[in-house]
Amino acid sequence: MLSSRTPKLAGLMAIAGLLAISTAHAGPVLDKIKKNGQVVCGVNTGLAGFSQADSAGNWSGLDVDVCKALAAAVLGDANKVKWVPLNAQQRFAALQSGEIDVLSRNTTFTLTRDASLGLHMTAVTYYDGQGFMVPVKSKIKDAKQLKGQTVCVQSGTTTEKNLTDFSKANNLGIKPVVFEKVEAATGAYFAGRCVAYTTDASGLASVRNKEAKNPDEHVILPQLISKEPLGPMVRRGDDEWFAIVKWVIYGLVEAEEYGITQENVDQMKSSQDPVVQRILGVSEDTGKLLGLDRDWMGRAIKAVGNYGEIFERNVGPKSPLKLPRGANNLWNKGGLMYAPPVR
Amino acid sequence: MAESVRQPPKKRDWSWRSQAFRGLVYQALALAAVIAIGWWLASNTAANMQARGIKSGFDFLLQPAGFDIGEPLFGYDSSHPYWQAFAVGVGNTLRVAILGIVLATLVGTLLGVGRFSRNALVRGFCYGYVELFRNVPVLVQLLMWYLLVTELLPDSTEPWQIGNVFLSKGGLTYPGPVWSAGFGWVVAGLALGALGVWFYRRWARAQFDATGRERSLFWVPLGIVIAGGVLGWFAGGMPNEWKIPVKGEFAVEGGSALTPEFLAVLLGLVLYTAAFIAEVVRAGIQSVPRGQSEAAQALGLSRSQEMRQVLLPQALRVIIPPMTNQYLNLTKNSSLAVAIGYPDVVSISNTALNQTGRAVECIAIIMAVYLTTSLATSLFMNWYNARAAIKER
Repeated sequence: MLSSRTPKLAGLMAIAGLLAISTAHAGPVLDKIKKNGQVVCGVNTGLAGFSQADSAGNWSGLDVDVCKALAAAVLGDANKVKWVPLNAQQRFAALQSGEIDVLSRNTTFTLTRDASLGLHMTAVTYYDGQGFMVPVKSKIKDAKQLKGQTVCVQSGTTTEKNLTDFSKANNLGIKPVVFEKVEAATGAYFAGRCVAYTTDASGLASVRNKEAKNPDEHVILPQLISKEPLGPMVRRGDDEWFAIVKWVIYGLVEAEEYGITQENVDQMKSSQDPVVQRILGVSEDTGKLLGLDRDWMGRAIKAVGNYGEIFERNVGPKSPLKLPRGANNLWNKGGLMYAPPVR
Repeated sequence: MAESVRQPPKKRDWSWRSQAFRGLVYQALALAAVIAIGWWLASNTAANMQARGIKSGFDFLLQPAGFDIGEPLFGYDSSHPYWQAFAVGVGNTLRVAILGIVLATLVGTLLGVGRFSRNALVRGFCYGYVELFRNVPVLVQLLMWYLLVTELLPDSTEPWQIGNVFLSKGGLTYPGPVWSAGFGWVVAGLALGALGVWFYRRWARAQFDATGRERSLFWVPLGIVIAGGVLGWFAGGMPNEWKIPVKGEFAVEGGSALTPEFLAVLLGLVLYTAAFIAEVVRAGIQSVPRGQSEAAQALGLSRSQEMRQVLLPQALRVIIPPMTNQYLNLTKNSSLAVAIGYPDVVSISNTALNQTGRAVECIAIIMAVYLTTSLATSLFMNWYNARAAIKER
């Protein structure tokens, strides 16, 4: 589009392109982040284990740690993040308009979202699936027992459509009660308005743990009715930033695979393993290709740990959510987490 | 005197000295500026969206919606297109708005009249009610009613039961007639009855003008309409099949139902708006000079005649314009229903927005819906106002 406007501009850009070969071209988003000294990160308004703020305003969670890792890799300080809490309806508009640099808000990757919103999916940070939570005393054991029943659900998510598909495929005639806010939806479920509450299984665990008066009175049905790969999104039109977000996530997964942890990252720099040397920028300068410096991944790991540590700390068996590693385990341990090689 | 100050015949003066001409130029410039800004905004949005690869347009309305709606007014299914989902939302908005307007007017009028009661308790109650309900934000009231409904009512598994009517967290379930072709006759009968009432009123008026004898204008018309309905029912082959609700394993099943969301929205909007309407009615009644009522009594009119023929027509002139505002407010406030899960047009739009990503289009639809309903309400109320206004001849 630009080249057709003025040949002169096209010529300048060609020269800039040639220069870029030697000094990896930094995209406008990265330039902006460096200039402002902060990554603007869109997160969930409150989802235990993924993103929630404590009373002092400190954010924590799996989605939050991704942004911290980005800030550490790009700016050298995991705290240089501006958090923008968003609800389901606001999230895409906030990213499209440039209000945020990255949307790390348990967002499902789907074709429609990837192809029609002007946004890019980066990499999956959590493999989820939609499930149901029901009161133990209802004695429901299978989601198919919900025939003709009311199910509370939050609007503006893929959840509504999955519920409809499931209801239709099994001829259940489930009646959805749709709320704008997740708090309203869960509140109505716990008050007994609906027979079941549905969202991603991780969200169910979070809600049961955080909002139920007695978590033992509610059971999450084992059956999952959809695939929900969650991960951060970025705006289209800045391929450099897109690559950085993707590779920071891959780097965190790769770090787990090669045993680099928050604790041992400094010692690992003297490791003889060539893969570890590449990840930590000891032998090859992988950061340069992304427009970052040598130690980009080392800082990210030092700030939040590798993917496995992030998982354990926020949602894993030792956290209040007690989610099993399951599909989110490394590919060589029976899971789906497979990062392309950092080289 | 009035004749002598007649203005000289207007002459068009197309010079800058003419105030009329200057006015026209300014108006044209202002209009052009507004159009230019609007065009600039629209084209900018379109260009930006295209540059960022965001798909736009209303074509999505014809694609299947793919989501279910809890309270469809008509046979809606997730395979139906988006525009039908929107239609369901609009229907739900209108349902709560129209019922709300009728009920709020009734409750508000009673409260407003109650402010003049000779009974101090009634007077005090009405005063307290108005001050309480109009000073608490309507969203808070909606949430409160919803909380009350969902917390206090019994579980759907053990509902309160009176005959075949059940009340629980699942809502109010009652036996409803099974729709069959015979009911078409009932509707036709009711319409016929309404037509009969129109003729009856004409006849009653003519009788009154001729003889001075008053005919009942409430019970007889009511009887005519009911008789029309009953005749239609007989003509339609007396359909009497009912959907009787029964207690199921997890909830009350079958029958017709009003959901707790609908009840809470309706209750919240009615009670909130009624407080304002009460004040409007009070102002209207107080605006009629006391002499009017004394004059009516001096003429020997009965209490009800005095109210109907003398006080109300004059009070209505003051009541109708602010009442229009209240009706518009109620309709627009119904958009808050999304907070408590009532599938109105805003709720449906939110879902559609997220499924398709067409934010600008969905917001435009919401705006168009509220603009249309509000303008229609205004139009009707202005017509009614013109009817009630003093005829100046």
